[in-house]
Amino acid sequence: MEKNQQSRRAFIQSLGVLAIGFSMSGTACSRSEKQQADPSAPEIRTRELDMEEIDSWLVIREDGRVTIMTGKMELGQGITTAIAQVAAEELNMNMSLIDVHLAETGYTPDEGYTAGSRSIETSAMSVRRAAASAREYLLEMASQELSTPKIALTLEDGKISGQGKSTAIYTLLNGKYFETKISSDAPLYANSERKIVGRSVARMDIKSMVTGKSHFIHDLRFPDMVHARIVRPPAQAAKLTSVATQAISKLPGLAKFIRIGSLVAVIAEDEYQTIKLAKAVSHHLTWDYQKALPANRSLMQHIRSLPTDSKIDEKSEAWSDSTIANSPVRHRAAYFKPYIMHAANGPSCGIARYEDGKLWVWTHSQGVYPLRGALVDLLGLAEEHIHVKGVPGSGCYGHNGADDVAAEAALLAMEFPGRHVRLQWMREEENAWEPYGTAMVLEVEAGLDSQGRIKGWKYDLWSDDHGVRPGGDADNLMPAWYIEKGHGEAKSGFRGGATRNSEPYYTIPQLHLQSHIFRGPLRRSSLRGLGAYANVFAIESFMDELAEKANIDPIDFRIRHLNDERAIACLKQLANQIRSIKKQNQQGIGIGFARYKNQAAYCAVAAHVRVDQQTNKVEVIKLWAVVDAGEVINPDGLKNQIEGGMVQSISWGLMEEVNFDDTQVTNLNWDSYPILRFQEAPAIHIDVIDHPHEVPLGAGEAAQGPATAALVNAVYQATGIRVRQLPVIKALKHSALGLKLAEL
Amino acid sequence: MENVFKILVNGKDCQIKADPETPMLYILRNNLTLNGPKFGCGLVQCGACMMLIDGVAVPSCTYPLQNVGQSEVTTLEGLSQEGEQLHPVQQSFFEEQAAQCGYCTNGLIMASVALLRRKSNPSETEIRAELQRNICRCGIHARAIRAVKKLADR
Ligand code: FES
Ligand code: FES
Repeated sequence: MEKNQQSRRAFIQSLGVLAIGFSMSGTACSRSEKQQADPSAPEIRTRELDMEEIDSWLVIREDGRVTIMTGKMELGQGITTAIAQVAAEELNMNMSLIDVHLAETGYTPDEGYTAGSRSIETSAMSVRRAAASAREYLLEMASQELSTPKIALTLEDGKISGQGKSTAIYTLLNGKYFETKISSDAPLYANSERKIVGRSVARMDIKSMVTGKSHFIHDLRFPDMVHARIVRPPAQAAKLTSVATQAISKLPGLAKFIRIGSLVAVIAEDEYQTIKLAKAVSHHLTWDYQKALPANRSLMQHIRSLPTDSKIDEKSEAWSDSTIANSPVRHRAAYFKPYIMHAANGPSCGIARYEDGKLWVWTHSQGVYPLRGALVDLLGLAEEHIHVKGVPGSGCYGHNGADDVAAEAALLAMEFPGRHVRLQWMREEENAWEPYGTAMVLEVEAGLDSQGRIKGWKYDLWSDDHGVRPGGDADNLMPAWYIEKGHGEAKSGFRGGATRNSEPYYTIPQLHLQSHIFRGPLRRSSLRGLGAYANVFAIESFMDELAEKANIDPIDFRIRHLNDERAIACLKQLANQIRSIKKQNQQGIGIGFARYKNQAAYCAVAAHVRVDQQTNKVEVIKLWAVVDAGEVINPDGLKNQIEGGMVQSISWGLMEEVNFDDTQVTNLNWDSYPILRFQEAPAIHIDVIDHPHEVPLGAGEAAQGPATAALVNAVYQATGIRVRQLPVIKALKHSALGLKLAEL
Repeated sequence: MENVFKILVNGKDCQIKADPETPMLYILRNNLTLNGPKFGCGLVQCGACMMLIDGVAVPSCTYPLQNVGQSEVTTLEGLSQEGEQLHPVQQSFFEEQAAQCGYCTNGLIMASVALLRRKSNPSETEIRAELQRNICRCGIHARAIRAVKKLADR
């Protein structure tokens, strides 16, 4: 402690600082980082602050500016703005005085991954408490300095005044360093006044985007930076058997040809040159690989035939097999969701520099600390010699290629020390090598009583795991499979992702839920919503089918199985929205509802579609959503998230599917993997129900499941065709051709 | 292999020494350190890389340096010069908060500027048709359409 105090004092010199530490339960603490200064990172004046005790903090400088260190990453969800909003509210300060410093090892707290729509619930709420604590601390100091009771003082934009006296943060801090911990009894202004929180504050980073200011990792440039490209094998399981080194060495402009086991890359001064070199080099390599993928089989059947790790997730005490069998109305159906891509607009990119045994990495990974842990494992460098800095990338929607490309850049930088090495994937690499959202099969069976109430519900899901993130384990980084240094295959990950929302949010007396986890043919990991997307699609499709069997309106049918007033309120408001819509010929309106993870945001969605029976063209005319995410920090930001989630979900449901032959994925570009474009984009209306006194709930993934459910339910209304196998367009085409799809 | 080219970018004369076949995307981003045009696909399928060539929105990812000639090249940066007001399309995208990650923003704005230059009051159908070449994976479609429609309706 003594030593830290001294180093802090030395660092602070004339700069006055008030640092507020606070602990975030459940996140690992980064301890005693002693980083060599990053030669290219912006100067960070808080780096010497003590990290022994605190997980995260907010720093008030004597010039009145506030820096918030967050372990979260900006993924396009606007977290930077939301965090600044909650801090500005508590400090009664203009938001322009607040800087948010994003995830960076050694500087920001270790908050694990930015995932699961949890940043508002965890990070932003901790920042709110820290800011309130800082305000109270400053008021206390001012009270003493001005000999005025604290209660009579107010803090505004860095000035403290009351009873005709005033002072400023500058005077109070007076070049000294103060540190305190978060105080749980500091009152929250957000509970009483809400001047900034709850308002649609514009995201300032969007101003940078519209003017082309440097924002993305893709925009980082360093003096003498070189460019790299990987030369990919023809199949996922492939071994490099021979290299025509002579021919390669004659290629013009090659700064370095790198081979580490079966990982091959080229480096050149000029990016376009590097791209051409990678193509040229590919002709001089020979690979050994197996035709190992089950190309021509029905994926649904294939999945069902794989060995599984099966488990009963829930079995009601009252469960009896005979309940369903003896019900007057019984129904059974199976649903399928194929592999789908993250398919980020901008391909993954990483930059690394290795010098004197130290490595710097710039990445758009969702977790800088977990990535660093995996790099330790992959590279054999000590943790204190690796510095990982988060920089925004193209929207990622889950675990895409960001960590892989960072690891590849790091491997290459170590082969080419002293220079910044920039590696950006090409479109076909992004599509072929990213970890997909896994294919899933969902089987449901239920029995209704004569009043149309569900008595028993049996659910079986088949899924690969959804979380194969690198967290400390090199095997989960793709390049580890090729460098032939004893690394294995990606480990099985987060089974729980498969069962996300597999339990219906409805009140059902007897439940029997099982999950069957298989190891599928393609690489997979977390994609927005994880298992919730397919589970909600299946549950909400099935609810519609049951409602029809019971001859009850689908919204009423859901409401009669709900006992959560907030859920019911969402559905009622949705019913109001769509009540007056006039459906024309060939049109349908369907709905879907879920509470994300059964504990986060509520989201009810309606879709109005038109299906041309002649051409099977599906037009999504309009989408409505009613969302309850508890206390709303930024209503327009929340709407933006929900809008985006719905559009992406509709795109997945309508048209997306990863295809593969017996060696590799075949949708390598936007023609072969089309996504929803502007002419197909629906009109959107969103209602947000604000509950200022409830906890704020993340909503980034809330719309994924309900939107596709609403889509298929609307398609059914328009056509009488029940699509149980996504994507919808393909299913309709098959049904028009009279093809019998693989049944149970 | 390398030749010297004189091209006009954002109102400035630039001298570029490069392989004549180099796509403009790399010239703009790497030689001229402009961030607007982005690499998305390199295949004229996504619009992330759009620039204006004499006012027409063109994907820069396959447009060779040697084809530029005397044409005027404009990037996102060139729509509003330092310290000046934002271009109306930039302003409109900002006001509508028509971005999430923002990777598609360049392409959408360049396409919209070109459209409005050609036709000052396009219908929604025309706006959608014009933006059809651009992709947005975050799903800000409705906002982008609104941002352009607002200008068309003025
Ligand atoms: S990068 Fe040029 S169109 Fe995609
Ligand atoms: S805002 Fe992310 S791709 Fe459009």
